[in-house]
Amino acid sequence: MAESIPVEENGHHAGDHRDHGHHEMSFSEKYIFPLDHKMIAMQYMFTGMFMALIGGFFAYAFRMQLAFPGIEVPGWGVVSPADYNSLVTNHGTIMIFWVAMPVLIAAFGNYLIPLMIGADDMVFPKINRLSYQVFLLSAIVILSAFFVEGGAFGGAWTAYPPLSTKAEYSLTGLGSTLWITAVFLEFVAFLLGGINFITTCMNSRAPGMKMWDIPMVVWMIVIASILFMLSVGPLLAGGIMMLFDQNLGTAFFDPDKGGDPILWQHLFWFFGHPEVYVVLLPAVGIVADVMTTFSRKKLFGYKTVLYTAIGTGVLSFTVWAHHQFIAGIDPRMANVFTVTTLLISVPIAEMMFVYIATLYGGSITLTTPMLWALAFIFEFLIGGITGIFLGASGNDIYMHDTYFVLAHFHYTFYPIAIIGTYAGFTYWFPKMFGRMMNDTLGKLHFWLTIIPFNGIFLPLFVLGAAGQHRRIYDYQNFPELALPWMQDMRQFATVMLLIMLGAQVLFFYNVITSWMSGEKAPKNPWKANSLEWTADSPPPHGNWPEGLPNCYRGPYEYSHPDREEDYWPQNEPA
Amino acid sequence: MILDSLLPAAASTYAGDIDRLFDVITVLVMIPFTIACFLFFSFILKFKAKDGVKALYITGTEHRYMKWIHRAHFPILTFDLIIVVMAINVWYDVKQDLPEMESEVRVIAQQWAWTFVHPGADNTMGTADDITKVNELHVSTGTLYHYKLEALDVLHNFSVPVFRLKQDAIPGRVITGWFEPTVTGEYDIQCAEICGIGHGLMPARIHISSPEAYSAWVERESAAALARAMGESKSIELAGN
Repeated sequence: MAESIPVEENGHHAGDHRDHGHHEMSFSEKYIFPLDHKMIAMQYMFTGMFMALIGGFFAYAFRMQLAFPGIEVPGWGVVSPADYNSLVTNHGTIMIFWVAMPVLIAAFGNYLIPLMIGADDMVFPKINRLSYQVFLLSAIVILSAFFVEGGAFGGAWTAYPPLSTKAEYSLTGLGSTLWITAVFLEFVAFLLGGINFITTCMNSRAPGMKMWDIPMVVWMIVIASILFMLSVGPLLAGGIMMLFDQNLGTAFFDPDKGGDPILWQHLFWFFGHPEVYVVLLPAVGIVADVMTTFSRKKLFGYKTVLYTAIGTGVLSFTVWAHHQFIAGIDPRMANVFTVTTLLISVPIAEMMFVYIATLYGGSITLTTPMLWALAFIFEFLIGGITGIFLGASGNDIYMHDTYFVLAHFHYTFYPIAIIGTYAGFTYWFPKMFGRMMNDTLGKLHFWLTIIPFNGIFLPLFVLGAAGQHRRIYDYQNFPELALPWMQDMRQFATVMLLIMLGAQVLFFYNVITSWMSGEKAPKNPWKANSLEWTADSPPPHGNWPEGLPNCYRGPYEYSHPDREEDYWPQNEPA
Repeated sequence: MILDSLLPAAASTYAGDIDRLFDVITVLVMIPFTIACFLFFSFILKFKAKDGVKALYITGTEHRYMKWIHRAHFPILTFDLIIVVMAINVWYDVKQDLPEMESEVRVIAQQWAWTFVHPGADNTMGTADDITKVNELHVSTGTLYHYKLEALDVLHNFSVPVFRLKQDAIPGRVITGWFEPTVTGEYDIQCAEICGIGHGLMPARIHISSPEAYSAWVERESAAALARAMGESKSIELAGN
């Protein structure tokens, strides 16, 4: 770091933040341009949730078109074929890059890493602030595409050229450029954020905190950040090539002038597949912390979970071409990628077994966060096993680009992004806002989300197996896909979506009323072990004004036989 | 078995192999899934918090516990191996190994229509009696076809669900594959790769006939194509004069 900051005996950077406590911060210093990791986390969290509402609204609009072709969709109007393409494209892009990533990695990473490792802030608070500002800019850029001539980009979230590079094919010129620019900026934001996560976790741990004492969620966010950094390079390069092709007349992906459209697919999926694990791992970490707390159990095999996470991470770099089995690449490649893809089932299965084994012999309380954590495991199991169908090359010939694929990845991404977020948010809510959430409303919200979720996507497995392809806005044009039972299933899925979206109103209602007038939260309402529960609720700027905590043991010492209490906080001397 | 109940027909020689693979995978993945769900729900029910009962302290590092996790890998690896071998076998037959052809068709995709070129009565491509049809592919049962797939603008995907066949069309390349129809009838051809605004309006039909009916069709269309070609060359000659 360029600035010289006084370093305390225990190796922590002091000064910067504690000093802030001495003068009154203005509104903009505190809320708009904050340096405090918790406030930056909140900015990421609420921007992510806002984008989730937009992504959810897009899903509502195109699913209404699918269920009731040609009707005027309330809030949108008639969905034209061009609208349909840009809705599905931006639903996918926004949900992955502007919801899953900012919330799971940036918001939870920012909030939890310093608090859980016993630091007063990130190592580079100004880079942290810059990271959010670049992210906000990227969000503005992607949404602005809806207001330019030609409309938002509609070439799918995978943006395969030449459709994405030539305005004469996609009919969106500036919209396509804004799309790729936004994705590019968003990645820059996460590179900046990732630097902080890794450095802070390695350098600012509380005295006594060894590598194996770090809570799983922190580990997972760090591993995810490393995976992101290793995988994003090719796509950033691809993004620049795409921008050049769109605007400067180059032909990296243009076959007419000697380019190759499949090059983009390699660059995209070399990033795109590890990306699944980039967002998966933080959710897996959140679930570990929530599950151990509410089953009062030690995590079954702490190191096993870590090694399996690293194993899936490494393997995730070797599987990208399973997205391209039928893309016209050399068919012999499919054999190699089938083997590597199916191998991932080994560490992932181990991870799931470890979680199920953690429940064994526990003392389980079904609080709202625990319900979400358990739902994560169940739904993710379905997502995992259906992946086998698609990883098997011979079967993918038929299944590729059907609704089976769509149902499969929603069964992986939804548990990750939505269920994982709700598990973490409801668990750390008392710490974040100093109030308890209403548990009854929380449970109602849980059931009204989880049942319709299955109602939406289980029928899509059936439709996919029956041959329904993706991204077709009106199946009436295809006699074999317009059968009455299929249309009934589409309508059922859409009605379920409406119920699920409606249930989210309940969530926001619960958040706002609990925040305003919920019961005051004590420091450690769940009797949990990790260090964040030793700070005030909510923690002040600098986290521990009286001095940073020490760490004496790992985070999962629940129900230790030598102890009367069933928990043993990390900062409590033996 | 499972797929059959959902789809209208399996109409190519390899469709049955893909269906069988689907069934085997379904059975194999349901075994660990059912066991995992059973353990998961029974643990939740059995170990609900009770007053005065403390949870067990299990670190998960002792061999007597870890062996349960490790042993579970053997069936999973075995299932993976079976699936890999079957999947690659099917893949090899459908995509990698190109059997000798008996006839061929050209499939040309563009925004947003399919053009199919059939060889005429001489069963040779590139002659004057070739039959060109838009959004209609005509084939006969019992004939092994090679398709030559092209795209004129963006990526498309030649998908014939009844054949269990799918292949991307790439501008700048000609991709060769094969199929052999087994059942007569008329079915959907779909574009399965997003190709712009008209992607949802790009349906075509495949007409699978018996060899006799197909020969009759070819003869009729071929003669018409030939007459058209003659007419065109005549008019060019006239224009030249």
